[in-house]
Amino acid sequence: MQNRSGSEDVASKKMADGGLPVIARFEVRHRNYLAPDGSINRPLPAFASDADLLTALYRAMVLLRIFDRKAVALQRTGRLGTYAVSLGQEAVSVGIASAMRGEDVLLPSYRDNGALIWRGVKLEEILLFWGGDERGNDFSGPVEDFPFCVPVGSQAPHAAGVAYAFKLRKEPRVAVCMFGDGATSKGDVYEAMNFAGVHKLPVVFVATNNQWAISVPLRLQTGCETLAQKAIAAGFIGEQVDGSDVVAVRAAAEAAIAAARDGQAPYFIEAVTYRLGDHTTSDDASRYRPADEVQARWKEEPIARLRNYLVDQKMWSKAEEEQLAAECHEGVEAAVERYLATEPRRPETMFDHLYAELPEVYAAQRRELAGEGDV
Amino acid sequence: MSEMTLVEAINLALARAMEDDPDVVVLGEDVGINGGVFRATVGLQTRFGPERVLDTPLAELLISGLCVGMAVQGLKPVGEIQFMGFLYPCIDQLVNHASRIRNRTQGRLTCPMVLRTPHGAGIRAPEHHSESTEAMLAHIPGLRVVIPSSPERAYGLLLAAIRDPDPVVFLEPTRIYRAAKGEVEDNGEALPLDVAFVLREGRDVTLISWGAMLKETMAAADALASEGITAEVVDLATLKPYDEATVLGSVAKTGRCVIVHEATRTGGFGAEIAALIAERGLTSLLAPVARVTGYDTVIPMARLEQHMMPSVGRIVTAARKACQFS
Repeated sequence: MQNRSGSEDVASKKMADGGLPVIARFEVRHRNYLAPDGSINRPLPAFASDADLLTALYRAMVLLRIFDRKAVALQRTGRLGTYAVSLGQEAVSVGIASAMRGEDVLLPSYRDNGALIWRGVKLEEILLFWGGDERGNDFSGPVEDFPFCVPVGSQAPHAAGVAYAFKLRKEPRVAVCMFGDGATSKGDVYEAMNFAGVHKLPVVFVATNNQWAISVPLRLQTGCETLAQKAIAAGFIGEQVDGSDVVAVRAAAEAAIAAARDGQAPYFIEAVTYRLGDHTTSDDASRYRPADEVQARWKEEPIARLRNYLVDQKMWSKAEEEQLAAECHEGVEAAVERYLATEPRRPETMFDHLYAELPEVYAAQRRELAGEGDV
Repeated sequence: MSEMTLVEAINLALARAMEDDPDVVVLGEDVGINGGVFRATVGLQTRFGPERVLDTPLAELLISGLCVGMAVQGLKPVGEIQFMGFLYPCIDQLVNHASRIRNRTQGRLTCPMVLRTPHGAGIRAPEHHSESTEAMLAHIPGLRVVIPSSPERAYGLLLAAIRDPDPVVFLEPTRIYRAAKGEVEDNGEALPLDVAFVLREGRDVTLISWGAMLKETMAAADALASEGITAEVVDLATLKPYDEATVLGSVAKTGRCVIVHEATRTGGFGAEIAALIAERGLTSLLAPVARVTGYDTVIPMARLEQHMMPSVGRIVTAARKACQFS
């Protein structure tokens, strides 16, 4: 949180080194409720008394993990393309998306499968995308949400543009932009945050700090103590949350989205978590990351943490756990069947939706591809 | 109907588009109270307010990325990049997002944005202010690239670009911003995109060009006429997608073709036109296709830039040579 000191304040402050007055001070808060073992570190936010909501968050994280495992299996057996796993960081995408309204707009990065699922994107649509089919981006659910952004951080300026449109039209909607720790090194992200700060746009930036940008650790990504403090340079609040504590993520997202919607200011959330899996199915993290580091991080992972709390609070039982697992497997298998049964596209459809109306000069190429005569 | 310069016609088209459609938003560096460094947006902020005519922070990538976000949300953003040499941070946004979001989402999301930028050398401007890298843009599928060469076409083509449902890069010929004058009627009528304009009919040789270079090309046609050579002059106007039929039709008539552009030769857009003619117009050719272009070197700074750019003399020589070929 920031605290710009007034001029009177400055005069009364103790002089800093060299007798120069301190003109500004900034703070960054860290939010955490559940300890890694599921015990409570501080009083929980109001929503946590809603057992249905907490179990919904839990169910979404479990579904994501089961979906993830299946997606990797599909990739390993040649039925899916390169896939980015969410293992270990399920609480971030689920917690953030859970605080959004349907009419808000999500601008996800490629590892935010959990947010898409929460927002109503179908599992088979996500599989279609990772299976190399554009139709996977034609969401039937949140029709104004952006597709996965693959070039890192380049969707941040889009989020600012979306939020500007909301503000111009006086619509009480919020753009939520998600990216990883590596993206905070890009000018795109800073340029977008800077603009959002100038116009106090209804946008929330979420950095999932999973410690690794493929093989590059956070210490080589930034000299800052936190990523959250990058928001201070853009003129708004940056908060760090325990990204493996879904209660903390949800609480931070609620506060951020409410502030953005009210037109107070943009908001930045750094969700500190850990990527327990490889970067993607094309990566082998053992090349650059010691096994004992990963092993230690398994003790903090978000699903067991929330389960321990729920069981402790008598909100969750072994029977429910077994039923959930069965339901998730069944749902995922059914989605995989629909994915695999999707009718292939004809080659010439690659020209579809290139322009609103395909110019005649390219229509000839389309005809050639369709076997309807030479160009 | 009143006579105005090319940059005034651009201003008129912007005002007309903003008047007609509340979704049109103008953004860029210094486009507000200053009216743009070339004054293309002068008066717009006073008339339409700072929310629809906004001075952005000094960040070109941001301008293009904001345009994508706004356009996907249903606004019609018109971004300005002060000089073409500062357009390059926008290439990521143009290639990776603007030009493909319609295709990648199968039409669920679209990107009706315009990015305007001055194009070309010849005003003795500082370093990086004299670029003509249109071929790079014309290589991007899903994008439209437009460049007018007169006030009338600037007005009509810019209105068309703003109304078009897909992303358009609108290049403005810096050298003739004020040198080109003409009658423009503020009738709100757009000109068609993807259509080339035949500025002058002729039988002996086709001269194809775009933007400011049409000034020299038309002068060359005059000079050739005094030698008894009638040149047909084609203003390509839209480089992506371009009007292949008009190019091939003209070459079929004249049998000779000289392509004139300010940009460097290798991989320039003239190569694309020459290849088209080789593929589909070869039998009508009476002489090899010729290119009169900028040289394959870095655009010189102010003192030498005029030697880089095609001159009337170079165009006339190339056309004469084509006519004498046997």
